[in-house]
Amino acid sequence: MHEGKTMTFVKRYLIPRLIQYVLVIWVGITVVFFIPRLTPNDPVMRMVDQMRARGSTLEPGSMDGIINDLTVMYGLEGSWTNQYVTFWGKLIHGDLGVSFFQFPAPVTDLISTALPWTLGLLLTTTAISWIFGNIIGGIAGYYTRSNWSRTLDAVAMVIRPLPYYIFAFMLLLLFAYHWRWFPVTGGASLGALPQFTWPYIQDVLRHSFLPGLSLAVLGMAVNFQIMKLLVQNVNAEDYVQYARLGGVTDTRIVSKYVIRNALLPQITGLALSFGQLFSGALITEIVYGYPGVGMLLYRAIINGDYNLIMGITILSIFGITTAMLIVDLAYPLLDPRVRYT
Amino acid sequence: MKILRDLFKDYRFTFAFAVLVVILILALLSFFSPYDPTLWHVVPRDLKPSTDHILGTDSNGQDVFWQATFAVRNSLIISLISGLVSRVIAILVGMIAGYKGGTVDRVLMFISDSLLVIPLFLIMVMLAMMVRAHMNLIVLGLMLSVFGWAWDARLIRSVVLSLREREFTKTAMLSGTGTIELVLKEYTPFTMPLIFSTLINNMSWAIGLEMTLAILGLVNLNIPTLGTMLNWAIAYHAILLERWWWILTPVILSLFMFIALYWLSVSISEYLDPRTRIQRVGE
Repeated sequence: MHEGKTMTFVKRYLIPRLIQYVLVIWVGITVVFFIPRLTPNDPVMRMVDQMRARGSTLEPGSMDGIINDLTVMYGLEGSWTNQYVTFWGKLIHGDLGVSFFQFPAPVTDLISTALPWTLGLLLTTTAISWIFGNIIGGIAGYYTRSNWSRTLDAVAMVIRPLPYYIFAFMLLLLFAYHWRWFPVTGGASLGALPQFTWPYIQDVLRHSFLPGLSLAVLGMAVNFQIMKLLVQNVNAEDYVQYARLGGVTDTRIVSKYVIRNALLPQITGLALSFGQLFSGALITEIVYGYPGVGMLLYRAIINGDYNLIMGITILSIFGITTAMLIVDLAYPLLDPRVRYT
Repeated sequence: MKILRDLFKDYRFTFAFAVLVVILILALLSFFSPYDPTLWHVVPRDLKPSTDHILGTDSNGQDVFWQATFAVRNSLIISLISGLVSRVIAILVGMIAGYKGGTVDRVLMFISDSLLVIPLFLIMVMLAMMVRAHMNLIVLGLMLSVFGWAWDARLIRSVVLSLREREFTKTAMLSGTGTIELVLKEYTPFTMPLIFSTLINNMSWAIGLEMTLAILGLVNLNIPTLGTMLNWAIAYHAILLERWWWILTPVILSLFMFIALYWLSVSISEYLDPRTRIQRVGE
């Protein structure tokens, strides 16, 4: 790239995109900050009520102390402006507070234990569903009139509208309870020690198969449908008709001309769907009791652990927006049309 | 009538129509229920389906069939509130952003982009936890509608953007038509199909999210919905105890509902989009 072109790229594309990135994170985290403060429920009093409900009897004096401590821990002392500044100050130092149901474990520790499970599940299934969904959808879009293409289309029409929860739950009912091919819950057998041996890896794979299958199949149905439609449109383009008349083989047209051109919008689509994919993974984990961030979230909800939920939300806002930024910045490398304008 | 006849040629529309009619009948039947859905132990517990209780009874001592009629009705109410209110927001945002352009457009699109990026499911969980004590059908419906408009506003905006460049916009403006009148009278017919199909999609999304929140115990479990029915069934280990009539009722009902709503939206928007219609006739 020439000097001038690099400058226009930085000015027109990079800087606005970076500003947007920072702003979205700021808006998202500000929303997270205000939700507990604008809603009628006081998290401190709820905590106290829970402690009372568990039967702990305390003298009135020490109760005041507890309320005070909890207020500090939730970052609820002082005016909203003060709280907001303290909140960001802690956040920048990577401090998300402590968990309440596994007191006093820091929220960041709990999340970092669970995160590898979720990332493993999410990245594998996203890659599989994106690659295979697009290839199969592309070929099906090129041969629209064939029977197998129509059959696949009908299957996608049934799977596509199902929410993550229902689809995962149905697979669980069929393959784990009815046919008993796969374990019902967990990420590995009870008592199995994490180690780099084949039996352990096999055990983990067996446990992650159904959650992975749910996410991959749902994702594939979406990519298949969109790609099929995109390819049908590219098919009608002059250059494809011309190549066909010129005697270029079908295989070459599909792989070199059609799928390649239809793939570009799918990259943007992938970036836009990160948030949804992540939520989907969390929900699927809850269905299968898979020990990732989703399960952590579930336990946090059951125990009313507000700090932990907030921590998970904040980290996922960071994670998702950063992942989108990376895809967006890589996009010009893949599409020469964007690069040179 | 010709439109309907054409639509019924599409097997997806026929299926969706039939399922939704059955669902509606179920929802209406709830008004004739012999049992109060909020009371427990009104019938013997854990009975298999029989002539007295066609879908059996559950461990709370409630009749599964009649409970399901209330569940369908309440899930529909939530999804209608969410769908209609978020349509109002989406139409306003989309039309204003598309027509005004400039800074207004950029600000509005920034808000909707932020909503698309932020993991809404987690935000919903936080909100639901906070208002749990005050949770009911209307609060839940409104909560879903506040977050469910972003993508649809974008779609409406892109239609308005292309309409603004058309000849008739200039004609209308030069002949002194006001902005609001122009947008409402001239643009609405063009955006109607889109609004309708996004309404159906939003309803389906709302039903799904309600079920997810209900499984997590974040809604009022005493109000029967498809989600709370499933929650109770799971809580009482209906799967392990093989009370299939209980667990399968909400699962299968919601399954049919999701597929029917999606097929309805797809078949109607394909019918309204002449390009795909020609493609289908051509086959």
